[in-house]
Amino acid sequence: MKKGVMRPGHVQIRVLDMDEAVKHYTDLLGMIETDRDDQGRVYLKAWTEVDKFSLVLREADEPGCDFMGFKVVDEAALNQLEKDLVDYGVGVEQIPAEELKDCGRRVRFTVPSGHAFELYADKKYTGKWGVSSVNPEAWPRGLQGMKAVRFDHCLFYGPELAAVYDIFVNVLGFHLAEQVLDPEGTRVAQFLTVSMKEHDVAFIHHEEKGKFHHASFYLDTWEAVLRAADLISMTDTSIDIGPTRHGLTHGQTIYFFDPSGNRNEVFCGGDYFYPDHKPVTWKTEELGKAIFYHDRVLNERFMTVLT
Amino acid sequence: MAVFQVVNRTTGDHFTCQEGQSVLKAMEQRDLKCVPVGCRGGGCGFCKIQVLEGHFECGKMSKRHAPPEAVEKGEVLACRIYPLTDLIIECVPLPEAAPAKQTTKNR
Repeated sequence: MKKGVMRPGHVQIRVLDMDEAVKHYTDLLGMIETDRDDQGRVYLKAWTEVDKFSLVLREADEPGCDFMGFKVVDEAALNQLEKDLVDYGVGVEQIPAEELKDCGRRVRFTVPSGHAFELYADKKYTGKWGVSSVNPEAWPRGLQGMKAVRFDHCLFYGPELAAVYDIFVNVLGFHLAEQVLDPEGTRVAQFLTVSMKEHDVAFIHHEEKGKFHHASFYLDTWEAVLRAADLISMTDTSIDIGPTRHGLTHGQTIYFFDPSGNRNEVFCGGDYFYPDHKPVTWKTEELGKAIFYHDRVLNERFMTVLT
Repeated sequence: MAVFQVVNRTTGDHFTCQEGQSVLKAMEQRDLKCVPVGCRGGGCGFCKIQVLEGHFECGKMSKRHAPPEAVEKGEVLACRIYPLTDLIIECVPLPEAAPAKQTTKNR
C-alpha cells in the first residue's frame, strides 16, 4: 500500500442474460443486490464488504470483464497516482463521479496485457450487510448459497507481463508475491499484492490480449469450500475443477462458471504476505503441481477456456 | 418427451438428446468426448460445431464466438443448441493454439 492503493474495490463483468446472472451471483454465491442503474447494470456486494458494491453486472452480447477497480486511500493519493501513471506514459481516462452509482471519480487505464483497471477514492459506505457496527453479531441470518465473504481478486490472461509488472509494482506500489518462471527464466505468471493477501490481482502469459480467467470470492473455511461444491452439484452449475488446493498461494479452491461462461472461484486459506517477503517461485516444470497441488496435472480447460 | 439422435460425422460417435437438453449436456451424460467441453455457458467458444443437417433452437451465445452470420450457416456452440429434430454435426477445428513462444521477459 506504499503508494496509497488499498485493495480491490470492484469488478464489472459482462453477462449474456441478466436475470440468470443475478440469480447465479445472489442465490448461489450469496451476494446481495444493492442497486440497479438506468443502463440496466446490477450492483452487488458480499456481506462483509463495507462499501455499497464490489460486483457490477452488465448485459452484453459477449461475456468477459470490462474492468477491475482498486480503492485508494484518499483523493490526494488518487491525484498523485494519476500523475504518476501519466508521467510513466500510461494513458488515463477520466470517468466522472456517479457514472457508477454512489462511486466517486475513477481514473481508468489499460495495461499492455489489454486489461482495463481503475483507481478511485470514494464509494458510498453502507457498512457490513445485516450486522451492526456496534456490538456486531458473528454473521447475519438470511445469507444465501455459498455466503461469499468478499470479492477477493481477479486472474487475467494476456501478453507483456513484464510491462504490466512495471506499472503495478513501480507505479502503483504492488509487490510480487509469487511467480512462475520457465526454463529460460521468463516470468509466465505473476501474483501481485498491495496487502497481506497473497494476491490482489494476478496475470498469466497468453498471446491474446485482454482475456478474463476468473473473479474470485473468499470463503472462511475448507468446510465452506466443500459446501460450495455441494451447492454447485445441487444447482447443476457448470464446474471447472475442485475442490482442491493450489500450489501457488496454497489456497483451497473450487472453480465453476457463471451462466454466461465467466469463470468464478471460491477459496479459503492461502499464504500471507508482508513487504519484506521475497517472491515465491514455481518453475514451469512443476506447473501442474503449482496450479493443482493434489492432482499435479493441469487440465487443459484451466489454461485455455477464457472469456 | 421427444428424444433425438445426434451423429458426430467427424468422430462417428452418436448419442441421444432429450427435448430441451443441450447437445453438449447430452454428450457429457453419455461420457463421450467427441466435442470439447469448455464453460458450458455459451461464453468461451470451445464447443463450436457445425450442424450439417437438422433443426434446433439456440440459447444465448457470445457474439464473438457465434456471430449471427455464422449461426445462420449452422456454426454454433454445442452447449447452447437444443435439437428439434435428429442432428448431424461435425467438429469445427479450434482456432490455432497460441504459439508456445513466450515473449514476456523476466526482470
